Amino acid sequence: MKKINPLLTIPYYLWIGLFVIAPVLLIVYYSFIDIHGNFTLSNYGNYFGSGKYLMMTFNSFLYAFIITFFTVLVSYPMAYFLTKLKHKELWLLLVILPTWVNLLLKAYAFIGIFGIDGSVNHFLSFFGIGPKQILFTDFSFIVVATYIQIPFMIMPIFNALEEINPSVLRASRDLGANEWQTFFKVVMPLSMNGVKSGIQAVFIPSLSLFMLTRLIGGNRVITLGTAIEEHFLVTQNWGMGSTIGVVLIVIMFIVMVITGEKRGHK
Amino acid sequence: MKKINWKNVYLWVMFIFLYAPIFYLIFYAFNSGETMNRFEGFSWVHFQELFADTRLLIILLETFILAFLSALIATMIGTFGAISIYRYQKRRTRLALLSLNNILIVSPDVIIGASFLILFTLLGSWIHSLSLGFASVLLSHIAFSIPIVVLMVLPKLQEMQDSLTMAAYDLGANHWQVLTNVVLPYLTPGIIAGYFMAFTYSLDDFAVTFFVTGNGFTTLSVEIYSRARRGVSLEINALSALVFLFSLVLVIGYYFISRDNSANHRRQGKQVRKGVLR
Repeated sequence: MKKINPLLTIPYYLWIGLFVIAPVLLIVYYSFIDIHGNFTLSNYGNYFGSGKYLMMTFNSFLYAFIITFFTVLVSYPMAYFLTKLKHKELWLLLVILPTWVNLLLKAYAFIGIFGIDGSVNHFLSFFGIGPKQILFTDFSFIVVATYIQIPFMIMPIFNALEEINPSVLRASRDLGANEWQTFFKVVMPLSMNGVKSGIQAVFIPSLSLFMLTRLIGGNRVITLGTAIEEHFLVTQNWGMGSTIGVVLIVIMFIVMVITGEKRGHK
Repeated sequence: MKKINWKNVYLWVMFIFLYAPIFYLIFYAFNSGETMNRFEGFSWVHFQELFADTRLLIILLETFILAFLSALIATMIGTFGAISIYRYQKRRTRLALLSLNNILIVSPDVIIGASFLILFTLLGSWIHSLSLGFASVLLSHIAFSIPIVVLMVLPKLQEMQDSLTMAAYDLGANHWQVLTNVVLPYLTPGIIAGYFMAFTYSLDDFAVTFFVTGNGFTTLSVEIYSRARRGVSLEINALSALVFLFSLVLVIGYYFISRDNSANHRRQGKQVRKGVLR
């Protein structure tokens, strides 16, 4: 195509300016503003000076790490077995389907399942283990977050496994490797890119799932996302909220650099 | 005795884990009791409650109107954005634009929500109609849907051969005719897929909406959140049964579109799906 009417593409560039660049600048700007509207560095001083925020960041990291770890642990075998099935595209669709059900509804389901009088407790008391507090604990938060993230991990791993050239596997077998050796020496290394993009898709959102911490974690689990929501919508201290936001953005870039695929492959 | 196939056992366990909560919700929608703990008998009573709850029905309608509108506008802007990115000769420029494009896809929802809240509060102090409410929610949904549309349309553009447009020019078509009669029809599968994705993004979004919605406007997700904080009400279960049926229909529709899309071009189909990841 040689030319396109600029009127058609202007909205797109307006969007980049107004909704991509401006918000990032605004959040950085606000991180230097205190609650009275004056320019200050005290938000950062607060953040790095008091153990409270650093502890919260560390906890948030730990939760995200645990969630990502368990998600990879259960998703990898599933993705691997899925590629062996006959109608794999259809099965993959069944994995994706739960992601189309609203996240809030899934969280709501777990309120019923984990409740003090809920099914899991009925099940436990059947074995003589009395009703336990499951809802509003770290455990329930991790289970529900993992549950929600699994499809997002399976998809990229599945795609990476699918892209492996079958002739490589045949070559490995011809050269005398058994099934396990082929899996660990050939399939796993070749699918690492999928795992990496899965981690990218799971780890960062796990830092910011504030609705889950509220509904499932009670107020015992506080992540970076919860803190941001609290500062913006409850205490109205936008400066501090933006500071935490900037920290989250920096973390996001670090994660992306670590897990980033090598360029030029697309 | 037959040997147990551990692969299938694992797959079954995982699928049960994935679907149990959803079916649990739907199952209790038919409970005549009031809790999600004990099934007391079959009844449609919660569906009747749902259909009598005009407030919730209006919210449902508004959520769909919002999804429909935001997806439509995002698709238009995103399609031309993709064409514009594609037309840049330099690889560096294209990559830079693409990185800008992807920022909103990789950003956590809370960051998008918080920064949009700042943006709309500032804009609202200048232009009154942009203060928090339907307008801000609509603009936010358009904003976070545009990049996904671009990612769905771009592979189709890359797949299109230049000779196609060259031929059209040679045959005397002007720029506008090439666009409307050659390029856009070629891109249609990508555009439809982009619309679908934008639509579901809008329906699913909670965090961004939660930040930028004022007091006057609510979407379904926000409403479910505030009801769920108050405790269990089986009306929500009835609603989720309907929502699940609807997503089933959407997924089936999407499946056929994407199959159409990638029947001859399996690789491109995969690239598209890779891009879909958030």
